Amino acid sequence: MKTLDARGLSCPEPVIMIRNAMASKDAAYQIIVDNAVSRENVTRFAEHQGYKVDVTEADGEFTLNITK
Amino acid sequence: METEIKLTKLASCAGCGAKVGAGTLVKLLDGFKSHSDPRLIVGYDKSDDASVYVINDDTAIIQTTDFFPPIADDPYLYGQIAAANALSDVYAMGGEPKLALNIMCITDAMPKEAVREILRGGYDKAYEAGAIITGGHTISGSEPIYGLAVTGFVHPSKVLTNSGARPGDVLILTKPLGIGILTTAAKAGLVDEPTLKKVYAQMRELNKYSRDIAIKYEIHSCTDVTGFSLLGHSYEMAEGSGVTIHISIPDVPYHKEAWEPASMGFIPAGAYRNREYAEAGVKVAGNADRAMLDILFDPQTSGGLLLAVAEKDAAACLKELKDSIPAASIIGYVTNRLDDPIILET
Repeated sequence: MKTLDARGLSCPEPVIMIRNAMASKDAAYQIIVDNAVSRENVTRFAEHQGYKVDVTEADGEFTLNITK
Repeated sequence: METEIKLTKLASCAGCGAKVGAGTLVKLLDGFKSHSDPRLIVGYDKSDDASVYVINDDTAIIQTTDFFPPIADDPYLYGQIAAANALSDVYAMGGEPKLALNIMCITDAMPKEAVREILRGGYDKAYEAGAIITGGHTISGSEPIYGLAVTGFVHPSKVLTNSGARPGDVLILTKPLGIGILTTAAKAGLVDEPTLKKVYAQMRELNKYSRDIAIKYEIHSCTDVTGFSLLGHSYEMAEGSGVTIHISIPDVPYHKEAWEPASMGFIPAGAYRNREYAEAGVKVAGNADRAMLDILFDPQTSGGLLLAVAEKDAAACLKELKDSIPAASIIGYVTNRLDDPIILET
């Protein structure tokens, strides 16, 4: 599973990051973001591409587990 | 002209998307000492577009400022858009801009020619508006900024505030929505050249032309739709006027090209702030698409005027507007205050 670190980035960079990564069409990705806007936008993108998103939060950081 | 440095890459937020949320501002300004003056007929208490101070029976002075980081890579275009956006607040009060001051921040990475082109864009727009740039202030910093502080004039009885909407009024919006989403998606290279051209042309269009037509009719309220989005600005108009604003979603003009990027999560941070600020006051009657709500909460840069027109004048006003501003549309109406300040009809 590919893991991406988008901490410190603001939109649209995290969405661009996951979009580029998804070119590989893997079954699962993990991405870490540190703000609610990126959490929402990356979730929207992944769902739009037909993935399911599971979010866990710890210390203001969000880990998005993205699976088919 | 194109510069080798991409101006938008020097900025972390695009255009009015950089605006600090309305909710944050209200809290920041709470409790300060301030003189009261009966001649100050519009201050910040009603969250209006500009302040208005009556000088005598015939003249009131309008003051406003607006500036933001680059929204376009072409410096001339950026200068034009920033100036059109700053001048717009005077038009939104029903007035005419006369004097302006440049407000600018330049970075070490910016070539001199780019700085000059930004300023040329500002001067050209001010000239088109009939205003004179008399000076300004420029500093160096970490992100480029450009805008104007503008002074305008209006007859005291012709001031258009955002708090005068009356039951029965018809709402007209003069520019299509979706600018914030499209400029965010453009950063990812997802917007084609013709669409971008259309969006830039819209942003640099002065609201002078819609204001000049509108003032011939009975207008009760006006605001320009900028960083706080259509719903954020409508919310302020509804709260300020003590009315409920009904917006018919199918009638709201927007760039169709914004739909797909909105569905894909290319939503500017400002749209989330706007949602947080106004959502509690918005009731959706029926089902609205998520992407459409994103467009309604999308921060606009140099957006159009939102006019509350007396019902008897609405059709004629719209017809005259449409002759030169085809996107102008009737998007809703005003009623007595109901439970919710804004009702979205689907």
